[in-house]
Amino acid sequence: MARKITPKQNILKGLFEQNPTFVLVLGMCPTLGVTTSLSNGIGMGLSVLFVLILTNAVIALIKNIVPAEIRIPVYIIVIAAVVTLIEYLVNALSPTLYDSLGIYLPLIVVNCIILGRAEAYASDNSIKDSIFDAMGMGLGFTLGLSTLAFVRELLGTGSIQMFGITFFDSTVAASFLVSPPGAFLTLGLIIGIINTVKVDKARKKKAIMDEKIKVALAKKAAKQAAAKALADETALQNQSTLKGAM
Amino acid sequence: MKELITLAFTAFLVQNIILSQFLGICSFLGVSNKRKSALGMGLSIFFVITISGVLTLSIYKFVLVPLELEFMRTIVFILVIAAMVQILEMAIKKFSPGLYQSLGVYLPLITTNCAVLGVALLNVQNEYTIVQALVFSAFTSLGYTAIIFTFSYIREQMHKAPIPEGFAGIPAGLIAASIMSLVFQGFAGLI
Repeated sequence: MARKITPKQNILKGLFEQNPTFVLVLGMCPTLGVTTSLSNGIGMGLSVLFVLILTNAVIALIKNIVPAEIRIPVYIIVIAAVVTLIEYLVNALSPTLYDSLGIYLPLIVVNCIILGRAEAYASDNSIKDSIFDAMGMGLGFTLGLSTLAFVRELLGTGSIQMFGITFFDSTVAASFLVSPPGAFLTLGLIIGIINTVKVDKARKKKAIMDEKIKVALAKKAAKQAAAKALADETALQNQSTLKGAM
Repeated sequence: MKELITLAFTAFLVQNIILSQFLGICSFLGVSNKRKSALGMGLSIFFVITISGVLTLSIYKFVLVPLELEFMRTIVFILVIAAMVQILEMAIKKFSPGLYQSLGVYLPLITTNCAVLGVALLNVQNEYTIVQALVFSAFTSLGYTAIIFTFSYIREQMHKAPIPEGFAGIPAGLIAASIMSLVFQGFAGLI
């Protein structure tokens, strides 16, 4: 990378500017699959965060040893090993989370975000930068999953259940949102709203720029007109002096 | 036999891999813009999932379980799939250059398609026999092909629709997929 960025910028980049869920639209399978409840969403997000940090660190470490031709298979093996590790860790720490994440936990191996960051960032950056990049991307993914899961669980079941506590208990619920079609709809609407806000902002910025250009052009035109008027006047004067001389 | 037919219908329609299992969404959103590439991707997926589904389950049953190496399944499966896709690509290139012309571009992408590893893991998780796994893999991937092909028609029509700028592209695609998924939930009463 030609441009040096600070660790803070690196993390913020993953969280907002290049958010993997809402901006890059990567890793959609777990995004839609596990976000039926907030605790699942956060659990999945944190698992991906740990896998990302470990794989990015390992790949940045071995980037000079691995020949370029076989780098992708090597990356995949590293990722698969780390994912197996996390799978057993989650099973040991929280068997209920392990059961509810189900098949999506081993499927982190083929999550586009992990291989994407390994190939696009860790393969030609230092270990420290790669770890910060992984933190940003992982936290961005967690933020995306929890936003989606929060909306779906709150509106779909009427309450949020986490750590055995129930928040916002309500009897009104649109259970459609917890079902598969609800997943597609909620994600589509959230991305659509974010894009609309962005388009609006860009349009306003453009309008301001246009206004500035218009003002500048008007000033230029006025200046030219004044200069022309002056020139005309002098020409007229010259003419009259000529006439007077004749 | 009846059991196998039920399994086939469940895999194809009721528990459709894209619309209710959420596997292979990346390629579903990415490739389904054009009808021809959607069909190419769908057919490649059909070949790869059917062969790799049976192959990975056989390896799991006859190699990993006897050696008590079940914890290696994720690594072994992904390697088998990657190697198989490579071999399939070379085989198609050699025996049918015409088919290679139309499928070649999609094959390397398939290794990291979660549908392939997903089906391999589901075969193990559901404790299928080899025959059941064959039927399940074949019909699941046919379900994928059917959806991605149908969806490409919808996407083509959506290009003509006056969609607000912020919703054009992926958001509109997701909302269309939501309606399609709702329709497919109706198949749940079939079996």
